[in-house]
Amino acid sequence: MHETNSKGVSRRSFFGSAIQLLGAAIAAVVAAPAAIYLLAKPKSSGQGDFVEVGDLSEFELGKPQEVVYYRTRVDGWKTTKEKTTAWVVKSEPEKAVAFSPACPHLGCIFRWEETGESFVCPCHASAFDTQGAVLAGPAPRPLDRLVSRIEGGKLLIGPQERHSG
Amino acid sequence: MLDRARQWLDDRTGLPSAVRHFLEEDIPASAGWHQVLGSVALFAFLIQAATGILLAFNYGPTPAEAHASVRYIMTELSGGAMIRGLHHWGASAMIIVVVLHMIQVFVWGAYKKPRETTWIVGCALLLMTLAFGLTGYLLPWDNRAYWGTTVTTQIAGLAPVLGGYVKRLLGAEGDVIGNITFARFYTAHVVLLPVATLALMGLHLYLVRRHGVTPTPDDTARPVKRFYPAQVFKDTVATFAYVMVIALFANFAQLGLGSMADPTDTRYIPRPEWYFLFLFQLLKVFEGSLEVVGAVILPNLAIVALFLVPFLDRGKAVRVRQRTAAIAIVALSAVGWAGLTQRAVATTPPSTEDPLAGLRPPQEWIHMPPEQLAAVGYFYDAACVQCHVLERSSAGPDLSKAPSKRDAEWLLEHFTQPDADGAPTRLSALQRRSLVALVTERDDRGVDVWARRPQEAIAGALLYDARQCAFCHTLNGSGNKRAPVLNGLAARRTRDWVEGHFADPKAFSPGTQMPAYRFTPRELDAITGYLMAIPK
Repeated sequence: MHETNSKGVSRRSFFGSAIQLLGAAIAAVVAAPAAIYLLAKPKSSGQGDFVEVGDLSEFELGKPQEVVYYRTRVDGWKTTKEKTTAWVVKSEPEKAVAFSPACPHLGCIFRWEETGESFVCPCHASAFDTQGAVLAGPAPRPLDRLVSRIEGGKLLIGPQERHSG
Repeated sequence: MLDRARQWLDDRTGLPSAVRHFLEEDIPASAGWHQVLGSVALFAFLIQAATGILLAFNYGPTPAEAHASVRYIMTELSGGAMIRGLHHWGASAMIIVVVLHMIQVFVWGAYKKPRETTWIVGCALLLMTLAFGLTGYLLPWDNRAYWGTTVTTQIAGLAPVLGGYVKRLLGAEGDVIGNITFARFYTAHVVLLPVATLALMGLHLYLVRRHGVTPTPDDTARPVKRFYPAQVFKDTVATFAYVMVIALFANFAQLGLGSMADPTDTRYIPRPEWYFLFLFQLLKVFEGSLEVVGAVILPNLAIVALFLVPFLDRGKAVRVRQRTAAIAIVALSAVGWAGLTQRAVATTPPSTEDPLAGLRPPQEWIHMPPEQLAAVGYFYDAACVQCHVLERSSAGPDLSKAPSKRDAEWLLEHFTQPDADGAPTRLSALQRRSLVALVTERDDRGVDVWARRPQEAIAGALLYDARQCAFCHTLNGSGNKRAPVLNGLAARRTRDWVEGHFADPKAFSPGTQMPAYRFTPRELDAITGYLMAIPK
């Protein structure tokens, strides 16, 4: 504060500024930790591990297959094991992709249509080929892939999704 | 520009004018620092409301979830400990402010005609504040919360005639508190009490405004002044000081979380929050059939007397210095309160529980039979993990999926010679038997321990298994009963006692059959630490 009384700062305006300053400080004491509390990420967002979903040799080449597996998910103060699914397409004898089962349009669960040889979403008729590329419908991007790797002939699916496009 | 915006808003809502009217209220010339406490109490409530809402954003309001979610707030969320600290210390600080506010009004005689109703509503607000403290005490659902509330509900049950109904209303029928108690306390704490308090606060403020701030008896001749800015400034300074105090406490004072409530824990000594300790002590003064006097009759008489103060004292308003009777009553009450509180603190043994126990992640191994925990050590030492990767298929079966169905003979043979072409293991017969127990008997919690491999605990269990403690003792339901069950050892013995006892059992328990055990300092630390951690 640089005012001097010689310039005639009134009592009233001194009180006014002091009230505003202290009021702001009071608000900050609650608001600052509140903002951190609400906006910062939890400290140990313990990501789940890679989960084995099957023997790669058991998948048919080029034919999508739905796998059901359990993954660990940190849900707030709890770590839960939950059932989940993925669509696996083995494109080469040593290569496979795993698609998240949710349509990238609005999150409906799509299915494999044997007749049309494509993934079709029941909600808005988006269709995708075995590589996840959009064939028809409103889907804004190809199917989301789950991080996966092959270890000793087994297919392992990781906790993260990779959005393409 | 700003003026035009204000004018626009004023024309349409009248709010800026209302605020100005509020701030420009006339107050007596004698108003000053002694009248800031009401404003501070109001802001204290607002801070409790704000921090309470923030806590509720990350709180699981059921007995099953509450404790884990409070730990999550305290340890996983940045700023969580600060928010809970502000709420916790704010609760105590608010009680102090409210009581000081009441004392000020009492000493100044500000409850006299025409302000009787303001006083009565204020008394109701005091009860609200205490009820907030009482209900909030249960919500962390640790041992302190559980046992404190058990005592509270039992006291309520002592009330003549109504006791049983009050207990039923509090959801504590059958002397046990649980889901229903929790739901009632939580709902009271976050719905009923806040709504009732806001309504009463509105009424209280309306009455304060209606009758004006109380002047001193000789004040009527002097010119009045305005609420803004001098008095608003004083109120703001006081509120600022209040906020700084609770922020300092929230930041620097230790605020723990006990172990999750355990209804079978008989060693926990219940105690209430500090401001209720005097009532707790009062109970001890009245024994036997007189208990109801200390538990119900006296406190209720005191509350009734408090409400009736304006009608008991109908004398003319006099200056503070002449209110010796009022000052004497306050002083006597303060001495009585302090004396009872001091006695309560002095006569209650210090809690044996670690106040931070609930902040650590739950340790699953404390429930595991010792030979299984030791076998986890053997499993990794003997390199079983080379073929058996947990939660993954590998050369050998995934042992985490289900307990092994093989018979013991096959397993014992397998643990000697896992692979027909490979080298035999060096596991002893005892170690192999422990491994059989692990792979055939482990539960789901055991699998977690198996995968996580808690080194220190395993070191203790390895010693327990190697020295064959189970030959005489039982621990976690496994072993023999020739000697005392070792669960809950920490409640019965000190660490020094246990360590000394290993070296020379007969010196500590004359006539015991237990031989002396020689451990290296590290081993002694491991086995004592392990045994002391196993709960009852």
